[in-house]
Amino acid sequence: MSFHLLPLVPLLPLAGFLWLALGAGRLTRRSAARIGVSSVAIAALLVIAIGTRFLVEPPDAGAHVQTLGAWLRVAGFQADFAFRLDPLSLVLSFVVTFVGFWIHLYSAFYMAEDEAIARFFAYMNLFVAAMLILVLADDLLLLYLGWEGVGLCSYLLIGFWYRDPANGYAARKAFVMTRVGDTAFLIGLLLLFSQLGSTRITELMERATAMWASEPTLASVAALLLLAGAVGKSAQLPLQTWLPDAMAGPTPVSALIHAATMVTAGVYLIARTHVLFELAPAVQNLVAVIGALTLLLAGFSAVVQTDIKRILAYSTMSQIGYMFLALGVGAWSAAIFHLFTHAFFKALLFLSAGVVIVALHHEQNIFRMGDLRRRLPAAFWSFLVGAAALAALPLVTAGFYSKDLILWQAYAAENGSLWFWLAGWVGAFVTALYIFRLFFIAFTGEPKTPIRRTPEWTALAPLWALGILSLVAGFVEMPATLGGVTLFRALLEPVLPLPDVHAPLTVEAMFQLLSMAASLAGIALAWLLYRHRPVMAPTSGGITEYWREGWGFDLAYERLVVHPTVCTAHWARHDLFERPYDRLAGLARSLHRGLATTQNGRVRWYAGGIAAGSAVAFALVLLA
Amino acid sequence: MSLLLFVALPVAAAVLAWLSERRGPDWPRRVALTAGALLLGHALYLWALTGTDRFIGQGDWFLELQADWFPRFGIGFHLAMDGLALLMVLLTALLGLMAVVSAWHVRERPGFFFFNLLLTLAGVFGVFLALDLFLFFFLWEAMLVPMYFLIAVWGYERRRYAALKFFLFTQASGLLMLVSIIALALVVQRETGVLTFDYFRLLEAAIGSRGTLFSAAGWIMLGFFVAFTVKLPIVPFHPWLPDAHTQAPTAASVLLAGILLKTGAYGLIRFVVPLFPAASMEFAPVAMSLGVVGILYGALLAIGQRDLKRLVAYTSVSHMGFVMLAIFAWTELALQGAVVQMIAHGLSTGALFMLVGALQERLHTRDLNAMGGLWSQVPRLAALGLFFAVASLGLPGLGNFVGEFLILLGSWPVSAGLTVTAALGLIAAAVYALLMVQRAFHGEPGSLPSPPDLGRREMTALSTLAISLIGVGLYPSPLFETAGPALTWLRDIVDLQMALARGGWP
Repeated sequence: MSFHLLPLVPLLPLAGFLWLALGAGRLTRRSAARIGVSSVAIAALLVIAIGTRFLVEPPDAGAHVQTLGAWLRVAGFQADFAFRLDPLSLVLSFVVTFVGFWIHLYSAFYMAEDEAIARFFAYMNLFVAAMLILVLADDLLLLYLGWEGVGLCSYLLIGFWYRDPANGYAARKAFVMTRVGDTAFLIGLLLLFSQLGSTRITELMERATAMWASEPTLASVAALLLLAGAVGKSAQLPLQTWLPDAMAGPTPVSALIHAATMVTAGVYLIARTHVLFELAPAVQNLVAVIGALTLLLAGFSAVVQTDIKRILAYSTMSQIGYMFLALGVGAWSAAIFHLFTHAFFKALLFLSAGVVIVALHHEQNIFRMGDLRRRLPAAFWSFLVGAAALAALPLVTAGFYSKDLILWQAYAAENGSLWFWLAGWVGAFVTALYIFRLFFIAFTGEPKTPIRRTPEWTALAPLWALGILSLVAGFVEMPATLGGVTLFRALLEPVLPLPDVHAPLTVEAMFQLLSMAASLAGIALAWLLYRHRPVMAPTSGGITEYWREGWGFDLAYERLVVHPTVCTAHWARHDLFERPYDRLAGLARSLHRGLATTQNGRVRWYAGGIAAGSAVAFALVLLA
Repeated sequence: MSLLLFVALPVAAAVLAWLSERRGPDWPRRVALTAGALLLGHALYLWALTGTDRFIGQGDWFLELQADWFPRFGIGFHLAMDGLALLMVLLTALLGLMAVVSAWHVRERPGFFFFNLLLTLAGVFGVFLALDLFLFFFLWEAMLVPMYFLIAVWGYERRRYAALKFFLFTQASGLLMLVSIIALALVVQRETGVLTFDYFRLLEAAIGSRGTLFSAAGWIMLGFFVAFTVKLPIVPFHPWLPDAHTQAPTAASVLLAGILLKTGAYGLIRFVVPLFPAASMEFAPVAMSLGVVGILYGALLAIGQRDLKRLVAYTSVSHMGFVMLAIFAWTELALQGAVVQMIAHGLSTGALFMLVGALQERLHTRDLNAMGGLWSQVPRLAALGLFFAVASLGLPGLGNFVGEFLILLGSWPVSAGLTVTAALGLIAAAVYALLMVQRAFHGEPGSLPSPPDLGRREMTALSTLAISLIGVGLYPSPLFETAGPALTWLRDIVDLQMALARGGWP
């Protein structure tokens, strides 16, 4: 398969979008679903074919750049529609199309009864296309195009059921909050171009190394601005509050946002521009701190939620926090590895949750589910696999290998520290606790809601595929203590350098035992608390209330930003600048009225006026 | 003769449209449509010829037409077209045609309506082509009177008030411009002994290279500046705009937002900076700050509106702030961005006004609180509304982003602080654009009866605008190539005069 077909990868879903959008009224539901699923399916096959060729006979220089045409070429500025295939973009486009395909297939089941299914698949295809442009872009401005496109699609899909204003609010919140970050990213782009004279990523990184090695201030500012963009898209502190509300969209949308697209974009951006972050060690350290804080805060919030999708949302935030932690300590490929495994098990979790939600007639409260092992075996077992992978159940799940790598490098890498490791370790315990709390409460115990609809093959096939991958995808990269498979890092090494790790094998083994213990202890505690004895829905009050509301960030932003803005906009609605002009008009009018009263038609007044005027005139002549 | 056509044809068609009313109420719009199509065809034909050797003229001017008018006062009938003027003429022709299409169902005195519409177009074409300042002033006034009638006769509930306000603001600024033009001519006469209103001769006199802000040249520059920024408009000279745009009939709103605002920007680029470079550069920080204030203040006002049309009107204030920022940054990137921004804003805002007009025609209200849930009732209208709202918030891939990005990129070297502040407008744009979509199209359907969706005529017009916006967003190179030489010429003139001001040749 020729590398020249690379631009087709994003163009296929884009064509699917155009077909669905323009033919919306004329397509049957079935054909809309077929178009939507097959465009992504072909794109996925194409990525696999191109990827195989890439692995078998890599292109010269380790990357293939395909330019489709000029975009902006003016006055010394140049940005083209150029796509870059290298190991990093290959891994990402595989995740996007492959996981994306299963989610699309699943959507054919989930959305089958929705009358706007053509619109749904149109947006989904556009989402995948935008994400592919983002990961394949060779130019930072083209990346920005995909970046904004992803934001738009998330807005459209979160607010897909537009009749409920709450969904519209959640959609706008997602778009506006991420746009705060996007704007910082754009400013960063302006800074990079004005200082380094290019927006080509490879050129930028070379010039940054050459020009900023001795001047960390500019590098820090640029890295900080890109980080702000990444924080917005990836729902990290302090721009994280849009993600839990983004659950308003249909469940496959959540799967797409959380697993294959959107939130991983920030991780990708930092990995792609890692040279810049290496030039700004303070900012890189900040990335790790943000990751550590987010993974803990989100983990604690997840422990006290009652809505199945909100738990998964906080879980995503927390897992992306792990990726940021890895990026921050320079474990670039470990971050991408976790992104890779997380895509499978998080998609699996969302899709099996979706089966439950549909079966229970859109019930999302875990305390009103119960006893799903016999009633929905497919959902039960696939959710169990996903939960085990998320909880990093040792040895048999993919999540174990990726999380273990991050934990180890958070300590052992050059920029790592015991504190970072400790945050990740506590997070691992909390992760196992909240996901098995969810599992025991929702899937076992007494039945509380009757089953309405059981899944069809379009729903089951994705569960099987993703379930298997959630177990085996980790075997491409195993620690030295367990045989030392290094396929994944070897693939990425030309793009993402490895951190320096100098520690004896025994220390590594000890840390691994500790992280295994955290995972198992979390599961055990969940079993003790939520399986062993009857469970009550959580009561309000105390610190858990605080956690449930996401640590009060929403309230703070509401009070500090949203409310003042709304008030100002309301207050200024009648344009302050109208007033001076109104005064002027009023003055003219009263002058007119004053003069008009003298013109009253009475001869006496006129005679008096003439007499007075003559007197004044005489006086002036005589006195002058 | 090619240039004269742009002024003469609409005037002739205007008279014909009025007269043809006697033959039937359908005739005026037929005449107007034919004239609009011919003008657009002619403009496109000229655009296709650029780059070939079919053009004569000096330097970067493709076409020129010069005749005496009042030779005793140095006033000539001087029209000329460079790339910048050509793009503005193209935009005018396209939106003029759109305006005709959106006025298809004018019932009341259609002959006089299209008479005024076509006269306005003639004036705007003339303004973009005139290179004699007296002629420029004449045409500037000529485009305002018919616009006054369009608002006052065919407008909505507060049309008298809005029309009068529009007329007073523009007349006051027009008077200021006249005074400035005469003062400029007299100053040049005192220096060179020749009384002239010709653009090239006034440039040659180069009085602007010496004058600082507080000299004769500075005061004249400020006069021009205020006259043009009232039109643009820029805070604090904008209060005429929301009323005029809101109360005007749809076709007039399309013309006002789409092209009349651009005459202000065009005047700044063509006259203010090249004629008074020293004073302009000194004044630039103030002007750029005013632009940034306009971006943020316009967006803030848009967020607070309940009237859909007024909301769209205030977004113009915000978008034109970017143009102002770019003009006084005066870098090549910023100016190219300003040209793209003008075109993209014309397309997107013109389309939004057509959509609002279509809604008002159907619902008889512009109140956002009464709308809602229209997506299920009029899906095509709602989808296009979403498209143009998204264009207006600056999504990459559509025209407005190209303009705004290049403006920010080009303004950065001049003032990073102002550029960053201006970029905050992008966040505000997301808020107002999405609020508009939410309140009009999403949510539960309101109590209003379900209206019919867009018809074929409206779909054709709006799709043309949508495709043009995508074209500008993905492949703006033809615009850059057309505007490039003209902008370089203007920048060279400014550089030359600035070098003279420093007392030496460059």
